[in-house]
Amino acid sequence: MVVKVQSQDFDVGMELSSLTMGNTAIGGITSFIGLVRDLGGDDALKAMTLEHYPGMTEKMLREIEAEANNRWPLEASLIVHRYGRLEPGDQIVLVAAASAHRQAAFDSCSFLIDWLKTKAPFWKLENTREKGARWVEAKATDDRAAERWERLKKDTAE
Amino acid sequence: MKILYFAWLRQKIGIDSEEIELPSHITDVAGLIEWLKKRNENFAEALSDFKSIRVAVNQEFAEPDALVAQGDEVAIFPPMTGG
Repeated sequence: MVVKVQSQDFDVGMELSSLTMGNTAIGGITSFIGLVRDLGGDDALKAMTLEHYPGMTEKMLREIEAEANNRWPLEASLIVHRYGRLEPGDQIVLVAAASAHRQAAFDSCSFLIDWLKTKAPFWKLENTREKGARWVEAKATDDRAAERWERLKKDTAE
Repeated sequence: MKILYFAWLRQKIGIDSEEIELPSHITDVAGLIEWLKKRNENFAEALSDFKSIRVAVNQEFAEPDALVAQGDEVAIFPPMTGG
């Protein structure tokens, strides 16, 4: 399990190869890379600034990764999340999950990004071309995506 | 007690953190928020809608009835928008 919270960019290829290096039990790795879009709602975006809660951010990301490792048989997992000023096209987040078989890798990767969006203390400030700076509001669709995994957990337990 | 504010709450309140003496009659998160709201207009406005704020006590998410004590680190912030 690896968690990195950083302002600098990351190299996906290097992150993935160092994650799996030396572990030949891994049969597949799934990754998700989040990028800054050039639109905030309907407005053209100049830049975005990500604020976070140092200490709690790392703690929550470790808990989210531990939960993924409890639910699926993972050989390796990784969360890299950036903070600070980012521009359209920049990478924001990388999550990756490696397992002996593909289904656990796909499902846990999806879980990691869904839970991260609603449980890790990050906030986006958008700097739009026309309307200045504004804080991004939490989306109900993100809450539902995260809740889906709560329900799945209950179904498994029953 | 250390209190931290993030995102638009930090901007509305005007500070990112402070040390306070917790009044002895305040025992839970809801009580702390009500007490903070009475300090000035900025606090009253920022904390007016309980549904639009989240609270963490010692870096764990906390419900309104969660207990708080003088030695705690409390953070108040809007719903998260990472990823």
